[in-house]
Amino acid sequence: MDLAASLSLVAPEVLLSASGLVLLLVAAWAGDKSARAISYIGVALLAVCAFLAAPALCGGAMGADTVAFGGQLRVDAFAVFAKLLIYAASGMTLLVAPAYFERAGAMRAEFPVLILFATVGMGIMVSATDLLALYIGLELNSLAAYVLAAFLRNDGRSAEAGLKYFVLGALASGILLFGMSLTYGFTGTTHFDGIRAALTGEMSMGALFGLIFVLAGLAFKISAVPFHMWTPDVYEGAPTPVTAFFASAPKVAALALAMRVALDAFGTQAAAWQQIVIFAALASIIVGALGAIGQINIKRLLAYSSINNVGFLLIGLATGTQQGASAMLVYLVIYVAMTVGGFVAVLMLKDADGTPVEGIPEIAGLSRTRPLIALCLAAVMFSLAGIPPLFGFWGKFVVFQAAVDAGMIPLAAIGIAASVIGAFYYLKVVKVMYFDEPADVVKGTSDWAHWALLVVSALFISPLGYLLTKWMGELADKAAAALFFAA
Amino acid sequence: MIHAIAFYLFATLVVASAALVILARNPVHSVLWLILAFFNAAGLMVLVGAEFIAMLLVIVYVGAVAVLFLFVVMMLDIDFAELRAGFIRNFPLGMLIALVLLAELVLGIGAYKAGVIHLGTPDGMAAPLVGRSNIESIGALLYSKYLFLFESAGLILLVAMIGAIVLTHRERKDTRTQNISKQVSRRPDEATVNTKPEVGKGVQL
Repeated sequence: MDLAASLSLVAPEVLLSASGLVLLLVAAWAGDKSARAISYIGVALLAVCAFLAAPALCGGAMGADTVAFGGQLRVDAFAVFAKLLIYAASGMTLLVAPAYFERAGAMRAEFPVLILFATVGMGIMVSATDLLALYIGLELNSLAAYVLAAFLRNDGRSAEAGLKYFVLGALASGILLFGMSLTYGFTGTTHFDGIRAALTGEMSMGALFGLIFVLAGLAFKISAVPFHMWTPDVYEGAPTPVTAFFASAPKVAALALAMRVALDAFGTQAAAWQQIVIFAALASIIVGALGAIGQINIKRLLAYSSINNVGFLLIGLATGTQQGASAMLVYLVIYVAMTVGGFVAVLMLKDADGTPVEGIPEIAGLSRTRPLIALCLAAVMFSLAGIPPLFGFWGKFVVFQAAVDAGMIPLAAIGIAASVIGAFYYLKVVKVMYFDEPADVVKGTSDWAHWALLVVSALFISPLGYLLTKWMGELADKAAAALFFAA
Repeated sequence: MIHAIAFYLFATLVVASAALVILARNPVHSVLWLILAFFNAAGLMVLVGAEFIAMLLVIVYVGAVAVLFLFVVMMLDIDFAELRAGFIRNFPLGMLIALVLLAELVLGIGAYKAGVIHLGTPDGMAAPLVGRSNIESIGALLYSKYLFLFESAGLILLVAMIGAIVLTHRERKDTRTQNISKQVSRRPDEATVNTKPEVGKGVQL
């Protein structure tokens, strides 16, 4: 395949990189007062990229036409599905961030540029079919993420979050690289197709170690137990728009990457990784549910909730079937909507001085002082708990359905039991908001972008979302088919 | 024969000095052991015929380590007088390492002249271009097959640079910086005034 065809496949990445560079120059000359304008231009660019990429998903692109740069990237329907979600989550961050940082007096014009570069990295991650492309995409995304976590550099917690994320992220990258070098050493290639072909039959000890290290490195990036320690601290310390970003876009990218690595590169050795994924799934669900119970900071609570959700997503991966992959993608869409809704609601909680309110006791009686925010937050909590009329239930339902169809009934049963534990702390937040005496802390008004995103995501996770199930299911099936066609 | 001797010498020293990097109590010593480790790794690269990577290791890593060394010296409280006091005592060890390095140079060059070690047969695009040097082969790969990833790696470095600037650069309002255009556009008649004050009277400024 010639260079022009390859470049047209990665057109969204090329467009985002080039315009990121131009916007960086604008940021350097126009200064921080241009930050808001650059953010909105960034949103527009992401929308353009989504339109550039979307046809491949609707057409269910797969096969040789989607392979770019001699097999380093594969821009098939699966990659595009993940990319669209990532663009949506990045655009959401760019919309909500200016109001938050302006209030803190820390809006810098580099913020939207870093988000755009991180998005380029995630685009490479989800389409990577080569260990080198995988690593470069991952690092591009992670490096921007470390800076974003520490973006409020005068705030001790933000600096701590950045440092912690950086040190542990570097360790995880090291583990991943070690695994990749072992895999390369024992298979003689970095192409996923080549690895797959080399790993048929009995797996050697060295290749098994490589597989385990690669999965461990990826488990860190998706914050699956037992590599989740950093999540609550980083989510709590990072500025809230950045936390919303971390909980949505990079998670989608890393999970899509893990799916590709497990189902494509190591697809012939499913027995070797399935038990690891099953363990990580169950441990994430249980630790996420139990860890959240004692939290009084709502960002920490949402951090444990994201660990918990990763567990449910990994159940889909553990099945190793096309139906499981499709279920994961549906769950991911709903998860991103719930995360956006939850964090935007948290962003809108601030006291009379405009200081963010993050403590759960402080939002007591919110239903009487700010009824609409309370209603949306309650919808998010019910949805995260997977209570039927809300859309969060559908995500859990398709994942468990896939697990049952794959004959993993004990896994599904334990997952359902553990989701009941999770319901406890989600409902506790609702109880505090609706039945406790008003603490009367939350004051102030919010930006139009916050309201718009909150209402859109609340409508998406409301029972109205079920109107989309057929359409979403079809797209997810196309994406999963593309993933398995390659494999 | 010379290959095997050179290989085991380099390999042993890489492992030994890497162990000493983490075992040395003094951070300055750690840094010095690290340089030795890199130097020996470069030797291994020479043995397999990758001269370019060997040179990169020496130039980039040993150069970077020199910078790291500066950081260690600046950030940690190290008594250099005490370090220097051990010079005579450690002189034999220093001479020993110097001798080993000399032996390595001789052996390494000897082994390189005797032809490189063949690590299996590379195939397809990975095979070196016949009649081209390492640098040409790497360049041909980087700018054709790996073009996209190479450019993306450049983007990573850019992000790292933006990050460092965003996190550390502060605009200080209280410092007086040089404004060159203002300096250049000053005119002499605005800058100085020629007055002849009378005796006993003040000057109006």
